[in-house]
Parts: sequence; structure tokens; C-alpha cells
Amino acid sequence: MKQLLILSGKGGTGKTTIASAFIKLSNARAYADCDVDAPNLHLITGWDSEPDKSDYYGLPKADINTEKCIECDVCRQNCRFDAILAEEGYKVDPFACEGCGVCEYVCPVEAITLIPSIDGEWMLYSDDDKVFSTAQLKMGSGTSGMLVTEVKKQMRLASEDAEFAIIDGSPGIGCPVIASLSGVDMVLIVTEPSISGMSDMERIINTAIKFGTKIAVCINKYDIHIENTEKIEDFCKKQGLPFMGRIPFDFNAVKAINNGLTIVDIDCISGLACKAVYEKAMELFKEV
Amino acid sequence: MKVVVLSGKGGTGKTLVSVNLAALTKESVYIDCDVEEPNGHLFFKPEDIHEEEIGIKIPIVSNEMCNGCRQCVNFCKFNALVYIKDKLIIFDDLCHSCGGCVMLCPENALTEKEKVIGKVEKGLWESVKVHTGILNTGEASGIPIIHNLLKDNKEIGGAMTFIDCPPGSACIVMDSIKDADYCILVAEPTLFGVHNLNMVYELVKLFEKPFGVVLNKCLEEENPAEKFCLNRKIKILGRIPFDNELGNLNSNGEIAVKKNEKYKQIFSNLLDSVIKEVQNETTTHSKR
Repeated sequence: MKQLLILSGKGGTGKTTIASAFIKLSNARAYADCDVDAPNLHLITGWDSEPDKSDYYGLPKADINTEKCIECDVCRQNCRFDAILAEEGYKVDPFACEGCGVCEYVCPVEAITLIPSIDGEWMLYSDDDKVFSTAQLKMGSGTSGMLVTEVKKQMRLASEDAEFAIIDGSPGIGCPVIASLSGVDMVLIVTEPSISGMSDMERIINTAIKFGTKIAVCINKYDIHIENTEKIEDFCKKQGLPFMGRIPFDFNAVKAINNGLTIVDIDCISGLACKAVYEKAMELFKEV
Repeated sequence: MKVVVLSGKGGTGKTLVSVNLAALTKESVYIDCDVEEPNGHLFFKPEDIHEEEIGIKIPIVSNEMCNGCRQCVNFCKFNALVYIKDKLIIFDDLCHSCGGCVMLCPENALTEKEKVIGKVEKGLWESVKVHTGILNTGEASGIPIIHNLLKDNKEIGGAMTFIDCPPGSACIVMDSIKDADYCILVAEPTLFGVHNLNMVYELVKLFEKPFGVVLNKCLEEENPAEKFCLNRKIKILGRIPFDNELGNLNSNGEIAVKKNEKYKQIFSNLLDSVIKEVQNETTTHSKR
């Protein structure tokens, strides 16, 4: 299965808006939301049926048996994550604990054990010909990369015969983004012509290059700053990055989203421009 | 006093709000905790920059001393060590720097080296101290950089501090809000914005932090984020209109309150209501 991932670096440039339009236009049989920290794709993909849900277990977390604990402080001194709290008896800060097991190892009285911890929930929507894999990370969890990998795995397992998949990514360049990049055939970067959008675009491009992924770029809300739009196009030309086109700012896009629709479900200028970007991107995607 | 600015969804205006509030406050500190995509420095363009490299500890093995017992391999919860063909191999990218392997090696064959993952830049814009964390591209976790930024802030003392958070509600955001005196949630009037506002709303409630909402990109039309706040009796701190001029200043990396009297007024009012809220909090807390 070939996979097209949508990323941006900066948040709010339009990843989900464009991913949902691509899913609609391509009639994708497999798609996923890898922004497990703040998923939104399910809000506009129109599934009426309930998904299959399953608890997601991240790494286990340390737990101190206070009856056995002799308060020797060795665990606290050896924890590199400041996860052992010594206030009215010793306990573990579950948000800081990374489950490394050092405390369990150093405890002289075997008062510490690692216990399984639910770090989120993954959800799989499916019918006769479509599969949508998504998840919600539990607040404060530190294992988003592992959950992203799980979301992609669930999608692949449930739709083995689908030719291609479209994946909505998360902002940033860290752990969940790196996990989402793994194994995809092409990444489409959605940027916007602001100083922030451009700086973040360069950082996500550098990240994708490190992982050897094929990169294409498009600009959303291009008309909020034409000069910057031209700068981005020049940058792409110089870097040899294929440019997929411009999408204008459009109040109708907000209206569509707020009604639970994609921008290609209604008649609007951003939807039309997005269709042109889609056609160009899919042509490139087929060749990869 | 520490004011943390967060949003859940990316691109709602965290940096816009925190930069402009810091710029209006004399002798304030602005800390950019969005280490994956830091943008505040693009607006402040701080001077007299001091750089500090941030490193983590990664194990290295002496192959002469390693006897192949594999205790480290079996211990590592992150699968960062493997023993193949009579040789121990360490995957730096998977290592969480817990130090467990070094501690338990019976041959003392493992030691630690420092690996640079990014940097902290400290500079000055007028009387505002600007602290920026920058994660190197290709690195998975910026948490050590955030810890450095916030640890340092404890030493700054009483100055009004504005902390610009990364999007989402995962561990990286949790770390940023732990010591907050007050949280500002920035919301945009879209279905996505409200869904993600709900997440950070749950987060600040979980941590029992006092908070209020700033409605950004306000239009004439019905505002689903405003409705969300009114239904839950959440304090609305202020409203920032959607307009082209502000968008343009922002796209150019300009600080709006320095360029335009109208925005100066809007953000001054916002700052006043934040300060009033924080003072209210302190008095109600001391009465309890």
C-alpha cells in the first residue's frame, strides 16, 4: 500500500482541511489521522457508525508499595526524570515517569513494580470498502510516537488490498512526526506565507530529508501575503522540491468545516484550487 | 508570576498572544517552549544572544570490556541496545537516557557521552528577556530543552513571565504548565478549534490551574468557541478580531502592539483582565 502523508511543521496551516479534501476526491479506501494529540479528521469524514475501540497501552509506569518502602531515597536519587516524589511517603508522578525501570532495579526491598498503563485509545472505523484509523492520546502522555505507529499498523491490517492511503499528520518535527514519516512514500507539506509558516516549513523539510522521504509542497491561504508566497515558491525551486500549487484564503472553507463538510463538498474557490493541487500531487504520488 | 499560553490546536494564535502581552509588559520574560517549531524569536529578533547547547546522556560501549552477558539488552525498555554478531550496538535515537544500562553492567563496559539535541538562546528585546528553545531536526524529544528553559525560569524570580506552549496536550505541554500561576487558552472559531479547546480545558482542570480564554480570529458570525465558553461559564479574557491588517503584521513577523494603536489597545485590555484575574485568584486562594 502506498502512503501519502500530509505535514506542515506549523499548526493551523490546513493539514486536516486538505487531507479531508484529498480523501474525498480520491475516494480513498484507507486513511488515518496521526495527530493523536489533537485529532480532528473524524469531525469531517462523516462516519455515522461507531468505531471499534481499543485501549492503547504505552510503556508501563512505576508504582511504589508504601508498605514495603523503607524511604531510603535511593529510587529518587537515581531517577533521571524527577518522577519520584518524596512527600508524605514516596510516590511516583505518573506524568513524569517514562517507565525505564531504574527505580525497580535499585530498590533494595523490592517495593517498586512496573504496572501497565493505559495511554490512550485507538479507534477503527470500517465498512465494506473503507477504513479510517484514528486515536486519542491520553492527556499528558509521552508515548505519542508509539500510538502513531499503532494507528498506521491498524489501518494497514484492516485494508490490505487498498492501493493507497492518505494520512493526516501532526504539527511539529518531533517524536509523533518522525513516527508518522516512517514507511510513507511521499509527504505533502502544507505551508502558509507567514514568517512563522516559512520557518517551520524549512524545519519540517529538513526533518523529512533526514528520513529520505519524497517531498512536495503546497501553499494554503497564499493570498494573505503574496510576496512571501513568491519567496516560498523560489525556495522550492532552489531546493528542487516539486511545487503543487496555491490555495487561497476563503471564508467558505471555515463555513464548510464548521458544518462538518470538506472544502470540496461545497462550491468554493479554495475547494477548486485544492482540486488542482490534488491532481498534481496524485500524479507525482503515482510515480513514486 | 508565570502565565502559560496554550491552545491544543496549532495555529490559533498562541505566539501572537504571548509575544504581544510580553511586549506590553516592562521587564517581562518571554519563554518559547514550542521547541519543535519556535517562532517567538522571529517577532522579537532579540539582541545580545547567548547560546547554550543542550545535551542528553547516551551510553557508549567498550567492546573489549563487554562480555556479551546481555543484561543491558534485557533491561532496556526502549530497545535501544541490541547484541548482534558478538557486538553490542546502541541506537542513540531510541535511548531515553535513563542510565539503567550503565548502572547494571557487571563489567563496567558502558559509560556515557553527551549528545547535543538542541540549544537554548537567550537574548533581549527592549526590556523583555527572550528565551527560545530550539530542537535539532531529526531529534525525537525536546523535553530536556523545556526542562532547561523552565528550571532557569525558577531562578529569574518575580518577573512577569509568559510561556508560549507547543500545541497539543501531551507530555511536552504538561511539562510547560506544571508551575503555571495562570493559563490563557487561545481559541479560534472553528469546529476543530472548539474540539481542541475542550482538550486543553480538561487539561487545566486536571491540574487545577486558574484559566481564561482568548477568542482569536473573531468574525461577525456565530462563534462556536464563544458558545463553548458561555455554556461552561468560562471566563472570556478578550476578543481579537479577524482582520487583514493584523494578519499582515503577523505574516511579516511584526509585533502588532508596536505598530498599531488599535492592537495596542486590544492587547492592553487583555493584559489588564489577565492581571485582574490573577490577583483575584491569589486573594481567593489566601482566603481559603
